[in-house]
Amino acid sequence: MTDGHKIIEMEVLRYRPEQDQEPFYQSYEVPFLDDWSVLQGLQYIKDDLDSTLSFRWSCRMAICGSCGMMIDGVPSLGCRTFLRNYHPGKLRVAALEHFPIERDLVVVVDDFMNKLTQIKPYLIPKQVRRLDQGEYLQTPQQHEQYRQFSTCINCMLCYAACPQYGMNSDFTGPGILALMHRYNADSRDGGRAQRMELGHADEGVWGCTAVGYCSEVCPKDVDPAHAINQNKMGSAIDYFLRFVRPRGASK
Amino acid sequence: MSAQTDKRKPYLRPIRGWWKRDSYYIRYLAMEATSILIALYALILLFGLLRLGQGEAAFNGWLETLRSPLSVGLHSLLLLVFAYHSYSWFKVMPKTLPAIYWRGAKLPQPMITRIGVAAAVTINLLVIVVLAGMQS
Repeated sequence: MTDGHKIIEMEVLRYRPEQDQEPFYQSYEVPFLDDWSVLQGLQYIKDDLDSTLSFRWSCRMAICGSCGMMIDGVPSLGCRTFLRNYHPGKLRVAALEHFPIERDLVVVVDDFMNKLTQIKPYLIPKQVRRLDQGEYLQTPQQHEQYRQFSTCINCMLCYAACPQYGMNSDFTGPGILALMHRYNADSRDGGRAQRMELGHADEGVWGCTAVGYCSEVCPKDVDPAHAINQNKMGSAIDYFLRFVRPRGASK
Repeated sequence: MSAQTDKRKPYLRPIRGWWKRDSYYIRYLAMEATSILIALYALILLFGLLRLGQGEAAFNGWLETLRSPLSVGLHSLLLLVFAYHSYSWFKVMPKTLPAIYWRGAKLPQPMITRIGVAAAVTINLLVIVVLAGMQS
């Protein structure tokens, strides 16, 4: 190892389904430089210490949303958390909370992916325009209404932060409800009634009890708690409106 | 499944003790727990209303009970609980409102909280001043 490296102890939660009954922490001594992320530490372990360690990663720059993990108990992206912040102590790395562990730091994301498709995360135009009619135009003010909520990278840190999802995974959850709001709040979109069939349900916005930790851990400042809770007003209005207007959007 | 065996055995960690994982959760539970004591205070006030309906002697008896050391202690605790409850309520408020724009810029969430807290403090002080004025 070249000069300038410091050593840090990384405790990594291991789970090998073919041989382990339950997860356990395994400790590694990792040499690192000041600019090393936790992800780089894991890559060092896999390349030089223990090739059986499994974890997901791709972009290394907080865009792909693959390397979400619990770092010292906090849902974090491995690529934007630095080892130097934990030196000279040690740090614990574990799979994202509230998701079943497939192997080591890899979690089962099927539930998230299924819910993602259910809320129709795409524009459903109010009025479909023909090609010769040109683009769907929007003012900067209209864009501002949803811009923040459109920056989600599906890293699922908010799910690991949400005790409601942990206690009952029927809850649609912060990230996907924020994405639902992103499309509902888009001036070009006309799909709110379709999406709110899910949004109005107990598993929708009402499953949220405003813990707010989702917004704290979000690496993209999406603020899911804001997206969800401002929908409760609209959901309540829809609920009462259906008495005077039978074609309400609730199931 | 074919001759190939499935090695998958997803492990779901228990949720028990989730609130101990982060101080953020403890603050959240403290916020929720304040509601119980606030309901208790509402019951105390309702009981006073009931005693008022039963006549002057009954109401004076209720007032006398409120002056006991136990009651003063409880009310001191309730005052602290109300202060924390009010603060946490206004802390959640910006999450429940649509974004507010002021002169073209989005109003920051801590600003909304501060406005709420300032309004609550002002109104409470006003009530105290008016009540003190009525007594003198």
